[in-house]
Amino acid sequence: MTTPHPALAGVDQALQSLADVGYLASDEIATTVYLAEALGKPLLVEGPAGVGKTELAKAVSRAIGADLIRLQCYEGVDEARALYEWNHAAQLLRITAERDSHEHAWESLRSDIFGEEFLLPRPLLAAIRSEERVVLLIDELDKADEEMEGLLLEILSDFQVTVPELGTITARHRPFVVLTSNATRELSEALRRRCLFLHIDYPDPQLEARIVGLQAPGLDDTLTQSLVRIVGALRAGSLRKPPSVAETLDWAQTLVALGAEQLDPALVRSTLGVVLKHQDDIRTATSTLDLDRALDG
Amino acid sequence: MPSTAESALGDRLVELTTSLRDHGVRVGTSEIADAARIATALGLDDRIRLRGGVAAAMLRRAGDREVFDRLFDLYFPAAPGRRTVPQAESVDQLREQLVQALADNDAQTLDDLAAAAVDLLGEVANGDEQQGYSSAQTISRLQPQRAIAAAQQQSRGPRGEGSGQGGEQLSDRFDRDELRARVAVFRRRVEAEALRRNTQVRSRERVARFGVGSGIEQRDFLSAGTKDLDELRRHIDPLARKLAARMSARRAAGRGAIDVRRTLRRSLSTGGVPIDPAYRERRRHRPDLIVLADLSGSVGAFSTFTMLLMQALHAQFRKVRAYGFVSSAAEITDVLRDAEPGAPLGIWARRTREFTAHGTSSSYGTAFRGFVRSEWESIGPRSTVLILGDARTNYGDPGVAHVAAIAARARHVAWLNPEPARMWDTGDSVAAAYGAVVDMHECRNLDQLRAFVARVLPI
Repeated sequence: MTTPHPALAGVDQALQSLADVGYLASDEIATTVYLAEALGKPLLVEGPAGVGKTELAKAVSRAIGADLIRLQCYEGVDEARALYEWNHAAQLLRITAERDSHEHAWESLRSDIFGEEFLLPRPLLAAIRSEERVVLLIDELDKADEEMEGLLLEILSDFQVTVPELGTITARHRPFVVLTSNATRELSEALRRRCLFLHIDYPDPQLEARIVGLQAPGLDDTLTQSLVRIVGALRAGSLRKPPSVAETLDWAQTLVALGAEQLDPALVRSTLGVVLKHQDDIRTATSTLDLDRALDG
Repeated sequence: MPSTAESALGDRLVELTTSLRDHGVRVGTSEIADAARIATALGLDDRIRLRGGVAAAMLRRAGDREVFDRLFDLYFPAAPGRRTVPQAESVDQLREQLVQALADNDAQTLDDLAAAAVDLLGEVANGDEQQGYSSAQTISRLQPQRAIAAAQQQSRGPRGEGSGQGGEQLSDRFDRDELRARVAVFRRRVEAEALRRNTQVRSRERVARFGVGSGIEQRDFLSAGTKDLDELRRHIDPLARKLAARMSARRAAGRGAIDVRRTLRRSLSTGGVPIDPAYRERRRHRPDLIVLADLSGSVGAFSTFTMLLMQALHAQFRKVRAYGFVSSAAEITDVLRDAEPGAPLGIWARRTREFTAHGTSSSYGTAFRGFVRSEWESIGPRSTVLILGDARTNYGDPGVAHVAAIAARARHVAWLNPEPARMWDTGDSVAAAYGAVVDMHECRNLDQLRAFVARVLPI
């Protein structure tokens, strides 16, 4: 066990430091962040889109005052994009430049062109080689191919990478690693075993109201409460894409911009597109909440 | 040497792990070690935090959390025995308090009331012999759902003349659902409390094994009730997404190998030095999916699952065509699009002529023959065909030759059978005959479906 950063030295400290940088965490999130720091294990975060998985990594980096290095995964991301790449063009230029002068023997040239000068560090290597401690965010890992996970195993368990021409590079400072996944693919057991697992779900109404209060300060309390309640009701219904925290905040900001004072069916109906992104869902919500009918009384 | 307290903690964690494994949650040895380190780091004072921390080390899937929480509460109880809760004298008084707590959405009070309810109403005694506590008995005596209407009235507050608020509020249109959800939470609390109390009477292992139901992952599709529907759907949707992602995955990861011919041609512009290598493109596989589902009575309960799966696939695949059959096959792609999620198709199908041209009991032979005859053109070398059914032919012609013909033409054919494998080939089941020409997989629960999606399907 390494000494944790003072900002994350306990569950309460973690809760407080994350709140100080504008991330209202649930107790469970704070607990797991503290444990990831205390045990020195990577944090694997899953959950529906838009609940603040990526935001959590950013908040941790702000809280411990470390740079954030981000590797955005996509289908086909490979070693050359994630770890390092040799700068082929520069190497070739060097060879061409040396070709005519016979002062250098081939032997020295060969060791030359595989030096640090021609190495292009990609996010993973950059995080390992960094002089300062960093937060490494590997975003949407489920989008990458399975081979990518194999590549990560060495980094996640020993915080080192091996470049054949240069040898093994071990991290000077153990980075705080956050992996996120939207669960479009089952991640391998080997990878999961190396991480602490955190499932972030939609926050409870009280927490969500506090988040809205923080991110959309213009909205008054009663309106915030009814907003959060309606979002909760929408989530309970059977929608293709239930609204997430990100959508709640968008909606809150829309209502602030419109200067709304009370939620009535017509207002909800006209702004529903901010919260629901599928035509089917809008139709379902309109009929369950009966939005085309004004309030009685 | 570890102190006694530490080894007691270790023992408890091992017992918890054993119970988790009994319930189909895979936990490895290194996870126990991590959990122990976590317990040391967090301390044992805050149970809820400890639970979250141990879950972070032991669990790998969000779906296992419910089972985990129940078992954790058994092995790490707040305090054994009776809790110091507000005692209730009678059912009426209890229900009155419940109405108030539901209206206020007061989680703490609901928790206390669950304990009080089990204490007052849940005791099962045979003469003087204490036999434990029953959550079912508590619920049936308390009837918490009867508190909903009163709680609704209470939370809406006084209305009408005199009061400031007039008429209907927007929240009136969904507050009943909110209250129902709270009652469901209350029921779960009662169940948890009854389990906890039972550990006084019976051994913890027994309570853990028989008292804690398996998670949705292991629950049988055939016995899934309507209340599991939403939960099933929430799990099937991501699985369909995984299936889609897996089937359209590139054949291999990353950029292709260097394309020598194009690299050399490009190098001409740089004086013969290959500065800008060209890679071989990888072509994406664009699959089309054909689902053929048995809608007959024998798989009636399965058809809910079939429906959910087909609807989820429909949302994920560019090209998916669904067919249903009882004794003849007909396309149901459009029906799926317009139907409610998980709507039972069976009864409708058995009344619709397109599916029952040869009678209302399932006849695989005629259905497959009709399907092959009319839809032969839609099956191509890029098609994956998924057959959902129990392979029970009512002793009729199984039409294995037609299935073999489909298998020869399509890229891949898989058969998902909702029956346990030990029931195959009993009675009128001809699973083995079909199994000889296509891959047949037992698919009784989400776990097996997940395994099918993750491993079985070739890329």
